[in-house]
Amino acid sequence: MTDILAVTDHRRGELRDVSYEIITAGRQLANETGGDLHLAVISGTVDEFAEKLNREGVDAIHTVDYGEEFNHDVYTQAITQLYDELAPQYVLAPNSVNGLDYAPAVATRLDLPIVTDTIDLATDGETLIATREMYGGKVETTTELEGSAVATIRSAEWPQTEGTGDAAIEAFDAAIDEDAIGSTVNGFEEVGGGDVDISEADVLVSVGRGIEEEDNLPLIEELADALGATLSSSRPIVDNGWLPKNRQVGQSGKVVTPDVYIAIGISGAVQHVAGMKGSDTIVAINTDPNAPIMDIADYAIVDDLFDIVPALTEEFQ
Amino acid sequence: MKILVTVKEVATVEDEFEIEGTAIADQYLGADLNEWDDYAIEEAVQLQEAGVADEVVTVTIGPEECEQTIRQALAKGADRAVRVWDDSLEGVDLLDVGAKTELLSAVIEEEDPDLVLTGVQAGDDSFGATGVSVAENLGYQWGAVVNHLEHGFDDDAASVRRELEGGVEELTEIELPAVLTIQTGINEPRYASLRGIRQAQRKELDVKALADIGVDESAIDADLELTDMYEPESESDVTTWEGSAEETAGELAELLRDKGVAQ
Ligand SMILES: Cc1cc2nc3c(=O)[nH]c(=O)nc-3n(C[C@H](O)[C@H](O)[C@H](O)COP(=O)(O)OP(=O)(O)OC[C@H]3O[C@@H](n4cnc5c(N)ncnc54)[C@H](O)[C@@H]3O)c2cc1C
Repeated sequence: MTDILAVTDHRRGELRDVSYEIITAGRQLANETGGDLHLAVISGTVDEFAEKLNREGVDAIHTVDYGEEFNHDVYTQAITQLYDELAPQYVLAPNSVNGLDYAPAVATRLDLPIVTDTIDLATDGETLIATREMYGGKVETTTELEGSAVATIRSAEWPQTEGTGDAAIEAFDAAIDEDAIGSTVNGFEEVGGGDVDISEADVLVSVGRGIEEEDNLPLIEELADALGATLSSSRPIVDNGWLPKNRQVGQSGKVVTPDVYIAIGISGAVQHVAGMKGSDTIVAINTDPNAPIMDIADYAIVDDLFDIVPALTEEFQ
Repeated sequence: MKILVTVKEVATVEDEFEIEGTAIADQYLGADLNEWDDYAIEEAVQLQEAGVADEVVTVTIGPEECEQTIRQALAKGADRAVRVWDDSLEGVDLLDVGAKTELLSAVIEEEDPDLVLTGVQAGDDSFGATGVSVAENLGYQWGAVVNHLEHGFDDDAASVRRELEGGVEELTEIELPAVLTIQTGINEPRYASLRGIRQAQRKELDVKALADIGVDESAIDADLELTDMYEPESESDVTTWEGSAEETAGELAELLRDKGVAQ
């Protein structure tokens, strides 16, 4: 029997989608050997969260009512104590920024191996087979490990579990050692507001590191102008200071859903794709026929953007 | 203040490549300084230039060939470097988080820095977990995905911003000693100057075997075994236009007109 402890994610009073996805991933693993699925919901309005998380296939929900917002020390202490109490085979956590802030610590404290950013998981009760990507999504790999483990799951890889469940909701009395809390969250700030809201655009011309230099950006701007489109970009363009933060598409930028998304010199790393995969029609212009963007593109030109973009702009002038 | 920066040489893959067993065939692989570590080095060097740090030491797990990459870090301003390698590491397919944690922790313990900066993740195996794991192992505090660091360090604490999803940043105070995993965009990494490159040749680069840092060979027995590698299946049926730039651009223009763009 493979029992699973899956940790849910929330921020500023809202459960995040991955919390419902992790139920699916956890249930699937537990089903493979007929085990139980336990959820942990830590900090915030835990009772309210627990009601919402009580979906099909959840056996028990353990609430840890301590503090308002995420604190990795509280999470690490609560999860390791839950592990000691429940002795699950696997601990699942989201591969979110917060998941990555506590899951490795949980694994190390419990002396368990960790496998991160998984996109598929399977077990026979002894061995965990995890599928994950390497080299920025160019290849997929399977890795195996024996015994108990911590695994983090990539968001949007498992569907969200719907349906109401009949889980036992139990307050878990975690003994939080306040002296061991070494960091304090003092607040949040939204960044990347400003002149343009790329999430409102119908057509996005999006530029990535393939553009090489800031001096080449006007090439893309001219195309956007000619098409009456809005200019957006992948992260490195913003990191380099060539475009403001409000133009960044992706996990840490904006989620966009235009009718047409033209990705120019963008590889399609998972954090970028997270922000644009809901686009109606995706066009990729890239010299690399194996770039991950090709896996989600509807149309592609495998060629040098410095040849294609001027030719395309000319078509519309 | 002493700062230690973990520096990794990552494998890069050419556009076209072949897989042999559970690895990409050697001839399609290149090597580069891990993108995220470049920002970590820059942050450390800036702290040194601001008079906050007295010494910046880098630590790398890797064979002799990666000394090129280590010299890049030294050329950008790090003071000296430690490289950990051993024959026992030669045949390891995939060094997992646990093994890296053991090796890095041993060096960090010996160096006893106040601050450790790592990249958020490595561009090749992308575990994104080693920094936090090392912190926990050593009893240091930590913060993952840091995209801003105040240089004041009031009350022996690092005042940072952690970059969460969807354009939200968390403002956090972290007691020292601490490990921070550094996100791209925190600064603008410099190019190594010619003078820097010349100086780097003379800087100390210490090579340590497992025994030198007191790590038993069994500690690097990876828990994770790589069992398969393949090219991912495409989710969409992509239509790829062929031909000259004019032809393919023409096809795309037609599609865009069909979709009502620019009309
Ligand atoms: C926690 C975290 C959050 C992140 N958040 C985001 C995010 O919100 N948004 C985001 O975009 N990234 C994000 N990233 C970064 C992400 O992992 C990638 O590093 C980034 O998306 C890569 O950008 P790129 O595709 O422009 O560059 P690269 O990956 O370098 O790709 C450049 C592409 O251009 C192609 N190319 C090169 N030259 C030419 C040419 N002449 N003509 C045509 N094509 C060419 C290449 O074949 C390649 O495919 C995040 C990473 C982390 C760890």
